[in-house]
Amino acid sequence: MGSANREKFDNTVVEWIDSRMPIFTILNKEYGVFPTPRNFNYFWNFGAIAMFMLMTMIITGIILAMHYTADTKLAFDSVERIMRDVNGGWLLRYIHMNGASFFFIAVYIHMFRGIYYGSYKKPRELLWILGVIIFLLMMATAFIGYVLPWGQMSLWGATVITNLFSAVPFVGNWIVETLWGGYSVDNPTLTRFFALHFLLPFVIFAVVFLHVWALHVSGSNNPLGIEPKGPQDTLPFNPYYTAKDTFGLVVFMVAYAFFIFFAPDFLGHPDNYIPADPLVTPAHIVPEWYFLPFYAILRAVTFSINWYLIIGAGLCAYAFIKWMTKNKERESFFVKEYMVFVLPALFLFVLGAVIAFIPVSEQQFVDGELQYVGIARIIEGIRYYFTFDFLIPDSIRGTTEAVEMRVAIDALLIPISAKLGGVLAMFGSIALLIVLPWLDSHPVRSARFRPLFRIFVLLFTVSVGILGYAGSQPADKVYWSTCLGDAVACEALAHGGHGAGAEHHSDASATTIIKLDNTMLAQAFTGFYFAFFLIIIPLLGRFEKARALPYSIHEAVLGKEQRAGV
Amino acid sequence: MSAEIQTGNDNTHACCECDCGTRRDFMQLAAAAFGAVGLGFFVKPVIDSLRPAKDTQALATVEVDIGSVPEGESMTVMWRGKPVFIRHRTRKEIEMAQAVDVQSLTDKQSDEERVKKGKEQWLVTVGVCTHLGCIPQGQKPTDNRGGYDGWFCSCHGSEYDTSGRIRKGPAPKNLDVPPYEFVNDTTIKIG
Repeated sequence: MGSANREKFDNTVVEWIDSRMPIFTILNKEYGVFPTPRNFNYFWNFGAIAMFMLMTMIITGIILAMHYTADTKLAFDSVERIMRDVNGGWLLRYIHMNGASFFFIAVYIHMFRGIYYGSYKKPRELLWILGVIIFLLMMATAFIGYVLPWGQMSLWGATVITNLFSAVPFVGNWIVETLWGGYSVDNPTLTRFFALHFLLPFVIFAVVFLHVWALHVSGSNNPLGIEPKGPQDTLPFNPYYTAKDTFGLVVFMVAYAFFIFFAPDFLGHPDNYIPADPLVTPAHIVPEWYFLPFYAILRAVTFSINWYLIIGAGLCAYAFIKWMTKNKERESFFVKEYMVFVLPALFLFVLGAVIAFIPVSEQQFVDGELQYVGIARIIEGIRYYFTFDFLIPDSIRGTTEAVEMRVAIDALLIPISAKLGGVLAMFGSIALLIVLPWLDSHPVRSARFRPLFRIFVLLFTVSVGILGYAGSQPADKVYWSTCLGDAVACEALAHGGHGAGAEHHSDASATTIIKLDNTMLAQAFTGFYFAFFLIIIPLLGRFEKARALPYSIHEAVLGKEQRAGV
Repeated sequence: MSAEIQTGNDNTHACCECDCGTRRDFMQLAAAAFGAVGLGFFVKPVIDSLRPAKDTQALATVEVDIGSVPEGESMTVMWRGKPVFIRHRTRKEIEMAQAVDVQSLTDKQSDEERVKKGKEQWLVTVGVCTHLGCIPQGQKPTDNRGGYDGWFCSCHGSEYDTSGRIRKGPAPKNLDVPPYEFVNDTTIKIG
């Protein structure tokens, strides 16, 4: 560990230890004189702030654990006892509760920084991946931590999220029962969640150690995204960045303290102050705010995904990758070589969409015969042939045998149910972060020199915010709607409202309602989320012309100062 | 590294001319395989310990007196930590459930498959939405029962009909029918 050519310390005790185990030499090398780019802005504070939040959470968490009881009969009351009877317990709990939110705030800003300034690019890919792993561990820890107070949101949040795993084909139920240790979220679930909630922060700590280790091999990125060329481009970490980090941390702590002391429950949900009741589901289950964008993605997939859609997507992806990896520059995508894949794919998309999105048409009697009329005829025609409905002989229609046959065909035709699709989309949205270094092939790191990338990263950030809003709202919330067709029927619909079910259906045939509801909002921005990673970033990586990079960090920094001085 | 090469040479002479590996390779593979089997024997009980314990499994049967439920009303009982909905259906509700074209359903089940023959007025289902496990509303006549007069799950908007079948919304399956039998006309045993 570099002890061979270390410098001697003046303090004899320090020197005695350091000569046997050079911990002070390492600390000085990594946190004292460590050469750090001189041009950091305040975005570079959030790694240190996140580290501070992790320590805060571990310290308050251990003390809370001393007062907490992991038992469904006692958990809620033990938390209330912490709030009312334990000396300073309210403060520790509010620090811990809001600490989770502020840990996520710090980490989300840290991640934005990483994307905006291209910190994930070579040679920092592993550093970035370790960061995504920390993020995943944080999500798991925060989720199981929210279960421990055993309020209504604890129980039902846990029920909804653990039920996600039941979407896994074949072994889903086995996985869920193994997670629960029973047939519902109950005492065995609570006790194991407590054990894991105690363990995971230390796992996070270990991965943070690896994250920092990798950082100290490659060195920090910086707002210009160019590597330091020599000592004139860097500053020793201490005192320059220890001071800057401390200043940023204090500002962050002011905001944190404001929430702890003046709005401790603002970021939580009031339903979690109702003890858990397995017989009553809260009217509107929402996760904590930091999960909302992912929750919106989960809920956005309301349709099952059949082979037509999968094969269509596969063909498009194949053509796109083939075109992207082709050496010939600037060749049009709209040529025969690629269209032989894309056009059939479009055809498959239409078939798949008809089957997946359009509900079975209402049957109408024409001349006493059951028939479909107008466009419904075409749609049901497509459905008849392309869902292989024609395989079912007419002689057995209407019997249970025909139904069983239909179910068997559907099982083969539709590999991904809506529920599984939602789960895949949610986990996929995070998995994309892991492969981000390979999706973005552009050699320039910082968005400062990539005008298009900059716009799209900002749009992406806004769209994640909108997804968060969509995740917080009921799925069927209608933002805008209009009624086309028969005016009288529209009027009746508007006054009929929701309650009257039967009338509602009979009137609907004469009218068409066009509306924008929350699910559609979430679907649109989920689409953009995936398009950002899978289409926009690869395209920009290949075609975006970057602005000229400065020669070096110190030239960029000093040049600016000179201009300001003139 | 060098040690491996030395012994490797010795063993190639002793055993065979082929490049099928040395005695040391075999020992290493055998040891690793033995260790993997041992690990398997350890992992099995560890995972088993996370599965439902015997006392949890023991709560798997309940007997319910349903004689007190008047026509058109429902009761809820707990079974395996989950609510079970028992609805005493009206003639109209039964007819609505039977009139549905099974082909048009997401989870294709006829009403006959979901009730006991001769006891069509009793519908017994697990009261857990098959989407993500919320408890649907509709047990009280004043609840929002959705557009099909069954149950409405307010979490993500799934609507169930008077046979507990999914008709609208994201849930993939009908409400589960738990295993149950009639002990006599007014008592059922669930589980």
